[in-house]
Amino acid sequence: MMVKVRTKPRREPDILLDIRNLKVEATVYSPGEKPRDVTIVDGVSLLLKRGKVLGLIGESGAGKSTIGLSSMGYGRGGVRITGGEVFLNGRDILKGGVRDLRRVRGSEVCYVAQSAAAAFNPALRLMDQVVEAALLHGVGAKAEAEKRAVALFTKLRLPDPKSIGCRYPHQVSGGQLQRVMTAMALCSEPDLIVFDEPTTALDVTTQIDVLAAIKDAIRDTGVAALYITHDLAVVAQVSDEIMVLRDGKMVEHGETQQIIKAPRMDYTKALVSVRSIEHEEKGPTPKPLLSVEHVTAAYGGGAVKVLQDVSVNVQPGQTLAVVGESGSGKSTLARAITGLLPPVAGSITFADRTLTPKLADRSKDDLRQLQMIYQMADVALNPRQTVRTIIGRPLEFYFGMRGKERDARVTELLDEIEMSKGFIDRYPAELSGGQKQRVCIARALAAKPKLIICDEVTSALDPLVADGILKLLLRLQKIEDVAYLFISHDLATVKAIADSIAVIYRGEVVRYGSKTQVLTPPFDAYTDLLLSSVPEMEVGWLEHAIHGRRMESAGN
Amino acid sequence: MFDLKNLTVSAGIGLILFALFLLCALFAPLIAPFPMSQIAGDVWGPLSSTHWLGTDNLGRDLLSRMVYGARTTIFIAAMATALSFSLGAILGLMAAVVGGLVDTLMSRFVDLLMAIPTLIFGLVVLAVLPSNNVTLILVMGVLSSTRVYRLSRAVAVDINAMDFVEAAKVRGEGLGWIIFREILPNALSPLVAELGLRFIFSVLFLSTLSFLGLGVQPPEADWGGMVKENKDGIVFGIPAALIPASAIATLSISVNLVADWVLTSTASLKGGRE
Repeated sequence: MMVKVRTKPRREPDILLDIRNLKVEATVYSPGEKPRDVTIVDGVSLLLKRGKVLGLIGESGAGKSTIGLSSMGYGRGGVRITGGEVFLNGRDILKGGVRDLRRVRGSEVCYVAQSAAAAFNPALRLMDQVVEAALLHGVGAKAEAEKRAVALFTKLRLPDPKSIGCRYPHQVSGGQLQRVMTAMALCSEPDLIVFDEPTTALDVTTQIDVLAAIKDAIRDTGVAALYITHDLAVVAQVSDEIMVLRDGKMVEHGETQQIIKAPRMDYTKALVSVRSIEHEEKGPTPKPLLSVEHVTAAYGGGAVKVLQDVSVNVQPGQTLAVVGESGSGKSTLARAITGLLPPVAGSITFADRTLTPKLADRSKDDLRQLQMIYQMADVALNPRQTVRTIIGRPLEFYFGMRGKERDARVTELLDEIEMSKGFIDRYPAELSGGQKQRVCIARALAAKPKLIICDEVTSALDPLVADGILKLLLRLQKIEDVAYLFISHDLATVKAIADSIAVIYRGEVVRYGSKTQVLTPPFDAYTDLLLSSVPEMEVGWLEHAIHGRRMESAGN
Repeated sequence: MFDLKNLTVSAGIGLILFALFLLCALFAPLIAPFPMSQIAGDVWGPLSSTHWLGTDNLGRDLLSRMVYGARTTIFIAAMATALSFSLGAILGLMAAVVGGLVDTLMSRFVDLLMAIPTLIFGLVVLAVLPSNNVTLILVMGVLSSTRVYRLSRAVAVDINAMDFVEAAKVRGEGLGWIIFREILPNALSPLVAELGLRFIFSVLFLSTLSFLGLGVQPPEADWGGMVKENKDGIVFGIPAALIPASAIATLSISVNLVADWVLTSTASLKGGRE
């Protein structure tokens, strides 16, 4: 029998969600082939008690979102739940029809999506969207729901909680929008909320705020939650238990403390030990390879100054990490150095030559010695070119290699990036994310550069894959003696590979020096905020970090 | 990429029809039973064993004129399309990559051309210039290149913002490589779709011009002109005008069936494998 939410009996069994042997499949239609079924989730069972938080963790494609959505009987994009049972509040929601599911969704289970910006309707005011589910399910009158929403805005520490509901989605920042979505999920007083990577798209400094707000809200309302993420350190802060998933199967399930301190399975161990790269810091050399002096760069013909009086040096064969939040101007620095955005003032010296501000005026040799790797390997590779053309082109272009000679060198480069010869005729669409990034690295290496600018090269990758890329970069640095200018917002990554660090805040360098200098107290307020915002794999880190902060984050 | 094994039924039909038209055009003197402008029978004679499709308003064999007409129509339309594509696509891609003043000047000039109704523009120009096939091709090509320019520029502006194009620029690649090797392969799908349409519009435009008396000049045969010559017969229940008309329709459809197939087979980013 259906039980209405409002009239739910107070005394009920302890188990809220009971998924048994869940099997989810989808049909793949590849051109020129018969459609075939692939299993996305295979025989996963889980049990969630009232008021508890279960973290689902795994790489992309592990099936974590699919499992999360199955708790509301939903399969995204043609995905079908083909086996197993999903008991919510004691009844199997898969057995009921569409009507029953509609009654469950938005009243008993709510969902918080990864990209809040894409999940809100840009044409409606926030308040209307927040109370919509509550009104639809008749949880109360409009005024009552709005009062509850305002209370939730306050609890989630949103600025100006009374009037923020009157704004449109584009009028609040990404971190705020994510909190508004959490309020939306909580507004209809559900029993369960599915959080699907709610902080992944946010800056570290913002992530910590949102994380703390979500954690408090869960604690105060007593709602249960499935928290989906690929970041073990994040999930360790909010969940009571963690389930590790891989390729649609469960790898390990246990208490949070046990998973992060004493993992049993090898895969979990690999996840836990990620970013534990040993890298010995190299000292300064007499002459820097690249020296950026008092560079000011601006968009819109000097109207918007993005970089102000920036001076940094890169030593030959070493790594300078440039760290900052999004919008701090770190990518602009890369564009200024490559000549894509000629600086308004200042000079850039590279290997004893002063580089011309404009790209078009530079000599071929200057261009060759300064290569770049991008954040999104997907769009940095031409989808219509094979790996042979992509890696071979710089060889052709800079060294005039052709035919067999070029192919032999391409094979060598593939070998250096730990990919086999068999990849030479593949198109980018036939490569995984990590492989694509490796091809980008090989393309840069092919030019035999002295400096490679790495713009957030690991940000779009799963932790284990990112780890592999970082190790590869370090190994290549040893072999080829190439210097890196490593742009990142992730201090954990930076700690792992940098020799010197420059912290950029609103277009200005606020802290610059060797890695040890920069990471040794006393810190300035911004560096302190950045450092303390990097999640650590430690239960209780969140409260500690929030408590010890000296400066509010920008809230981007 | 163009593996015949992946040929769909509709594409097959289109391909066969188009090949037939092409064969007629190529071997017109061998296929046609009568010379193009010889008066071989009665005016508007019915279908018979000597005149398979009957005769036209002057008593010329309609089948022979259809065959020779295919030659003129397909040749002029194909050349005009080729011209409009090379001109429009190259200038459009260049405008997108170079940007700035070059883009503005070219785009506004194209807007100017497009602001004048194509048919009227064509009529005025053709009325002034000596009327021969070269002028026809040039006028038709330039006029329809404005559409191709708009399309390719719009597509290329998006692609130009992608990181792989930026990577090529940072490498120091010239304009030629960026346009032909980085952007064009990625812009091909919409351009191929447009190619099919453009070819058909060229056939139709040519037929319109001929119908109005400014296209292919008699006694040369061309499908549009043949419709005009025989249009008065319709009143008397003579189907002679419908035969070239249906040939135009069949050619249009067959070309687009093939274009559709080329479009789907070039859309794969995995080189048609998997």
